Amino acid sequence: MKMTKTLLATTALSVAAGAASAQDMADEMTIVSWGGAYQESQVKAYVEPYIANNPDVSVTWDESSAEAVAKLRAQNEAGNLTWDLVDVTAADAMRLCDEGLAMEVDHDEILAPAPDGTPASEDFGDMIVSDCFIPQIAYSYTFGYRTDVDAWNGNTPDEICDVFDLETFPGKRSLEQRPHNNMEWALMCDGVPQEDVYDVLETPEGQDRALAKLDTIKDEVVWWTSGADTPQLLADKEVVFGSTYNGRLFSLIEEQDQPVAMMWDAQSYDLDGWIIPEGLEEDKLARVLDFLYFATDTQRLADQAKYISYGPARQSSAPLVGEHAELGIDMAPHMPTNPENASNAFVMNYVWWADYRDDLDSKFQSWLAR
Amino acid sequence: MTINITEPKPVSFVVPVVAAAGAFLGIFVGTAHDNTLLGLLGGAVITGLLALIFLTIFRREREARWISVAGFAVIGYLLGGLPGGVIGIAAGWFFGWFIFWLGEGRYRAKLAPYYTPMQVLWHFSFRVICGMIFFFLITPIVVVMPLSFNAENFFTFTPEMLRFAPEGYSLKHYEDFFTNSDWQQALWNSLSIAPAATLLSVGFGTLAAIGLSSEHVPFRRPIMAILISPMIVPLIISAAGMYFFYSRIGLQGTYLGVVLAHAALGVPFVIITVTATLVGFDRSLTRAAANMGANPVTTFFRVQMPLILPGVISGGLFAFITSFDEVVVVLFVGSAGQKTLPWQMFIGLREQISPTILAVATILVGISILLLTTVELLRRRSERLRGMSPG
Repeated sequence: MKMTKTLLATTALSVAAGAASAQDMADEMTIVSWGGAYQESQVKAYVEPYIANNPDVSVTWDESSAEAVAKLRAQNEAGNLTWDLVDVTAADAMRLCDEGLAMEVDHDEILAPAPDGTPASEDFGDMIVSDCFIPQIAYSYTFGYRTDVDAWNGNTPDEICDVFDLETFPGKRSLEQRPHNNMEWALMCDGVPQEDVYDVLETPEGQDRALAKLDTIKDEVVWWTSGADTPQLLADKEVVFGSTYNGRLFSLIEEQDQPVAMMWDAQSYDLDGWIIPEGLEEDKLARVLDFLYFATDTQRLADQAKYISYGPARQSSAPLVGEHAELGIDMAPHMPTNPENASNAFVMNYVWWADYRDDLDSKFQSWLAR
Repeated sequence: MTINITEPKPVSFVVPVVAAAGAFLGIFVGTAHDNTLLGLLGGAVITGLLALIFLTIFRREREARWISVAGFAVIGYLLGGLPGGVIGIAAGWFFGWFIFWLGEGRYRAKLAPYYTPMQVLWHFSFRVICGMIFFFLITPIVVVMPLSFNAENFFTFTPEMLRFAPEGYSLKHYEDFFTNSDWQQALWNSLSIAPAATLLSVGFGTLAAIGLSSEHVPFRRPIMAILISPMIVPLIISAAGMYFFYSRIGLQGTYLGVVLAHAALGVPFVIITVTATLVGFDRSLTRAAANMGANPVTTFFRVQMPLILPGVISGGLFAFITSFDEVVVVLFVGSAGQKTLPWQMFIGLREQISPTILAVATILVGISILLLTTVELLRRRSERLRGMSPG
């Protein structure tokens, strides 16, 4: 009975969508994303199949996700919205939602249910961290290290505190030039249990403690700002150890064949997904909703994992993750969500960071300048 | 009476100078092998000894210079393989020449005989400083060129490249540029925006310069200052201002908007170069033309324009390059549909450090050199023609 209902509902929806597409949908979409291999995976997994079904539609890409918040503010102030769909991190989605720049959505209404009929909100589960946020992938900040460092005498780093161990693992490391994750890792390696990290970090003493721990390696750190930095630095032997997004390291190791290996310990999860800018014209909104319904269904999210090693946000997509599209290797062991990789993982607390970000940012920057 | 100034110099002068030069070279060799101090000392000792031997025991220049080349080539090869050997040959040739150039006092041959030692020193220091400035300016551009032929996807000189092994090189980044639709779209956008912007800035800039150089125009200085302001105001401020203004009037994110913005940036260059050529322009020529019955338009095209053309062309060239290289304003005023080459390179550097950017850079450097050479040849030709014709 339930099955029939779902089927009926789905048919009704697709009929409605089909009827609408003829007259009321815009044929052009500007999608904002991050560029590079990640955007390429979205092109392959979502946009190309969508255009195959809707040949009239043309998509323009804007690689501006890094400054999405600032640009959406400017577009709002200028009263000139030029974006239709924006890929942002969970933390940015929350900010945009709070500022009223992103549209609040009812996930069950606009997104497809899982193949077994589980509603979207349950299928995505905890990943829906904001009413405006339509989750897409889980990625993580993790470490890669060169496998050919003579000075390490055959030792390989396997836990997060090895980053702070300059005696066993000498050489430059690259860390992101912002407090996120670095402060957490520093405290964990200064003896704070993982579950207490944010409590300790709330106090000024805790913050100083984290910075003091970072001080011990500060002279050996190269600070990165863009996801492409660490892979380049590792390939260049400028650093022997570095943090970055796990997908970048996958590409460095498997696709570019560099002598680098992953260290998954204490990887820090983060989410990435879509937001719809507030105030879209009706025909554009109709097109975006039609695209989103398609691009976030179970199969499409699983398809994306063929091109990049980020975990699909739907629970129902996980069993469908297969092999890499070109290399033919099994992708499951490269997912940050793979149980073996996730044994000591933690989820970066963006709610906490939203409150403390401004304070800690300035404290961290002035520490950097010292 | 002739003054023979190219006389052999004392060893006590030559050896320390050569050793100093050797120490300078040694710093780089040493740093490359993680021991700057050893390199510095080693360079000084080796070259100093070489100078001492050549000037005292073995003063046979031709053989000595060959020995120097061979010796340095071997040292270079041992330290850095094939590329090291090549650098070694160059260094050996230089020191062989340098020792005898100093030792025989040949360096004074072309200088005025009354120069004091300090003046001689300054004469050569000046040249060395100039050479170093050129080196400093050009090296970063030259270094990226071989990297654009990298077989790997990183900005890295791989061991294969350093061995000059063919498998270390490839044209795949050039292929990527010519086949990737993002890059081709960006190239096409740049090629359609820059000429349009150049035409507009040359037209408006030339007219403005002519108007502003006639004395009867009131408020010439304030007007000039306003027109030139896009060159002086920080670009990011112009860009933000244009963004909000163009958004209100519906020009933001359009082809026309980007062209207009770039034209505004190019106008000051045209005004400045044309104003400079107008200084040498004889106003009585226009009056003579008017006297003979030519209307102002005919006068402009037949008399004034040909004479100020060099200024117009070089102004136009600057305007073109401004538009072609510009990234800040187009990021604000353009939308993703007007992605220009610099924009695409900017994204590429931030999101994906790919040598395709270097391939594009190499092509652009090539185009710039071609463009500047053409203009320079044209200018020389017109100068020659003008020199031949009377008046």
